[in-house]
Amino acid sequence: NITDSDPDGRLTVTDKDVKLQEIALAKNEGKELTKEEKQRLRKEKKQHKKNKKDDKGPPEKEKEKEKASVPAPSKPATQSPAHKAPAPVHASESAAAAEKPAKSKAELRAERRARQDSERTSKQGKKEGGQQSASSKPKATPNELQPVVKRLPEHVQVDDPAALKKLAKKLERQQVPLRSDYGYKVSLFSHLHQYSRKSPPTLQISIPATVIHPSIVRLGLQYSQGIIAGSNARSVALLHTFKQVIQDYSTPPNEELSRDLVNKLSPYISFLSQCRPLSASMGNAIKYIKKEISNIPSQCKEEEAKGKLQACIDSYINEKIILASEAISKYAIEKISDGDVILVYGCSSLVNHILCKAFEKQRKFRVIVVDSRPRLEGREALRRLVKKGIRCTYVLISALSYILPEVSKVFLGAHALLANGYVMSRVGTSQIALVAKAYNVPVLVCCETYKFCERVQTDSFVSNELDDPDDLIVTRNGKSHLENWQTVKSLGLLNLVYDVTPPDFVDLVITDLGMIPCTSVPVVLRVKNVDQ
Amino acid sequence: MELQAVLMAAGGGSRMMDLTYNTPKPLLPVGNRPLIWYPLNLLERVGFEEVIVITTKEVQKALSADHRLKTDVKMRLDVVCIQEEADMGTADALRHIQQKIKTDILVVSCDLITDVALHEVVDLFRAHSATLSMLMSKVHEFTETVPGQKGKKKAGEQRDFVGVDVTGKRLLFMANEADLDEGLVFRKSIMRKHPRMLIKTGLLDAHLYCLKRSVVDFLVHNKSVTSIRGELVPYLVRKQFSKSLNSQNETEDSEKNQKQQDLLSTSKDEALLQLARERSCWNDHRGDMSEAYHGGKLRCYVHIMEEGMCYRVNTLAAYIEANRVVPKLFEDPPIHPGALVSERSLVGSDSIIGPLCQISDRTSIKRSNVGMSTTIKEKVKITNSIIMNGVIIEEGCNIQGSVICNNAVIGRGADIKYCLVGSGQHVEPEGENKIMFGNNNLDISDLFVYTMIVY
Repeated sequence: NITDSDPDGRLTVTDKDVKLQEIALAKNEGKELTKEEKQRLRKEKKQHKKNKKDDKGPPEKEKEKEKASVPAPSKPATQSPAHKAPAPVHASESAAAAEKPAKSKAELRAERRARQDSERTSKQGKKEGGQQSASSKPKATPNELQPVVKRLPEHVQVDDPAALKKLAKKLERQQVPLRSDYGYKVSLFSHLHQYSRKSPPTLQISIPATVIHPSIVRLGLQYSQGIIAGSNARSVALLHTFKQVIQDYSTPPNEELSRDLVNKLSPYISFLSQCRPLSASMGNAIKYIKKEISNIPSQCKEEEAKGKLQACIDSYINEKIILASEAISKYAIEKISDGDVILVYGCSSLVNHILCKAFEKQRKFRVIVVDSRPRLEGREALRRLVKKGIRCTYVLISALSYILPEVSKVFLGAHALLANGYVMSRVGTSQIALVAKAYNVPVLVCCETYKFCERVQTDSFVSNELDDPDDLIVTRNGKSHLENWQTVKSLGLLNLVYDVTPPDFVDLVITDLGMIPCTSVPVVLRVKNVDQ
Repeated sequence: MELQAVLMAAGGGSRMMDLTYNTPKPLLPVGNRPLIWYPLNLLERVGFEEVIVITTKEVQKALSADHRLKTDVKMRLDVVCIQEEADMGTADALRHIQQKIKTDILVVSCDLITDVALHEVVDLFRAHSATLSMLMSKVHEFTETVPGQKGKKKAGEQRDFVGVDVTGKRLLFMANEADLDEGLVFRKSIMRKHPRMLIKTGLLDAHLYCLKRSVVDFLVHNKSVTSIRGELVPYLVRKQFSKSLNSQNETEDSEKNQKQQDLLSTSKDEALLQLARERSCWNDHRGDMSEAYHGGKLRCYVHIMEEGMCYRVNTLAAYIEANRVVPKLFEDPPIHPGALVSERSLVGSDSIIGPLCQISDRTSIKRSNVGMSTTIKEKVKITNSIIMNGVIIEEGCNIQGSVICNNAVIGRGADIKYCLVGSGQHVEPEGENKIMFGNNNLDISDLFVYTMIVY
């Protein structure tokens, strides 16, 4: 048996033997163990690769790497736990694994660790003072994260004073005013921002706005007041504003447009995220713009560069939004047959577009619009559909199970599609999908590919958005019962904006690339990355 | 640049001629600062770096001579002079400076004293891409006694009727009682689009307007519009619901089209903006089949201040009230360090003394404002009064509830109650000018000392 931590040669041999033993054991024990096995094998390969890359770092990092490398985003099959606690989860996992008959696993790990330590110390001698990607990234979280897993974004760490301080410093440096949180936050969501509409982000912005471009201030105001709402609308407005910013931009002397313009955009983006947290589509649009800007050759004249960028933005909007919605409509119309009863939720610009196009193509169907408080966006969807001439029914989400027996299909819009196949959409969508599944009604999600994002989420808690809690106060007959909710210590108002729907409840995703199952999202992402 | 500030300081102060016949309105001292300082301070506080000031030559000279103003106001003042005799309205003035205007403008009147959070008005202008955004305030009753007012104000003052929508922000209707015959007349189109309208009276227009650039172009083409408040604002409010702007028919004659184009002033990339609006699931109203803003391109908004201070110093009553309230606004020391106040005088905590004053022994100053370079001799009692700059008050005077204008001289032992002493006037010693309230026999002119007083 393996009890000695000897130099490489012998250990690897025994390692393999143990593994073979364990694989045999696993085949008897059940599926779980084989998964564990596979994971360990994968881990091994990774370690080998990493050792070749001359990674330096404290020994604990190695341990964390082992444990945390399992839920790496590139493994969509595994149900990864929340980002925040990879270590304890895996500690438990490894503990559980160790309890299984092959106790040698724990010892195996210890051996491997020791082996890697020895390898590393030998390499440390060679590479001194080299910059490390892991250590150069400032770590905000208590967990030591390494290059494989990205660091946590600031907007999900509001309850961490260190992260808040960092944010305050960054905003101060960029001369963007910090917007303070409002009201009592429900404890499960205390790690998210909660702003009030009564304290606008422009409180400390000078009039006229000089530090931040006036169009950006206007856009931020429109975001925070909800005048521009909806994933597509926000992205289009953002790109339109960027066009204006680029138009008004002039390169300072001794600077290059490709570098300076990106730096100019950073405080604007900080300001916008203070007004309202950025959506996934906006994030992708910003990434695209930044890439385009940095790809401008340095010998390009300013006017030419600006023109090029404007054309890029126009073509992005045209391809990814306008033409995409046309393509999606075409696919979706194939799925709508005469006599259909279609259920839609809230106001999704894409779904409305599809239904209007289908109606134009003389399909005979009727629509049931489901709506929910406090936004009551369904009313707007209802208005648009009725204006077109489509027969509509309107219910609140509490009547969902009553109305579902009538429904033949459910069309849902999406705010973003996550890398593990989950659909992030308006809060209530997962309920619709759940109940539709229970009634065996097909659920079709319509989403453009530019909304696909690399994030992985399995619950609606980790990354969400908290809207103004005062929106939940309703006045009926002159009385608002929740008016003084802040005085009641044990009462918290929660106004969630998004939720995630598991891929098991979604039958089909209609994108501009075609109709794909939910689990093919990472494939699309990979293809997109390769293209770029 | 987002906004340019324009300060209208050429007005005559026609409703308080007693104060302004000698001193131009922008230079009237309020709380020991010239009236024009208050809007300038407001603009500076929110972050403006330069202001276009439209005023007369006299005021320009005084402004450049005023050292205190120079140090207090750090903004760049671009002073544009107009002839006083030309009798220009505010809209005419805008037309006059049309060349300087490159962006949207914020027009302020020189007689506005307010502590409003200006971003409320400007945010409405920004967020809704409004053509006009203005400030109004609830009128507070004046509590101070005003020289020359026999009892309460007549209720027959011309009221303003302001109609706002349910949110209280969108301006739907504006009319003055003077323009109406018998009742309020509403267009059906307004009622159809906004079935619930709140009509408010008792609102004070602060004469603070955010206007789009296209409005200035419109003014250039329409030379008949002279006053912003009197003509332009009601016109814009009415035009919101005008059929020709909303319907897309191109059958108007070219001149009208030109005018409309000026007002609408389509920006570049209008198509993208339109796309964003279409995709957005927001509507400003509900209950009918129209899109946001009913598809109208011209929108007027108003911010109505519920609390806070907002005064327009255009009447004597407002002037006195402002003087009373303003010292509390700022943290200036009540007694200016440059003043020589004798130890045996009694200066109340709610009085302010300007620089270079000389206050002698055994004087008592309560609830009063004493201006710059004023000399007050012994045994003078001043209560509830406003003493402007350069006044000399001899011994033994008793001044109550009065306004003494610049450079007046009050002779020894004069007893002045509820009077207004004009600029540069002399009041004879031992003069008793006690005007009782309710004495209707006295003509108003008796209360204002323009020439020698008769005891």
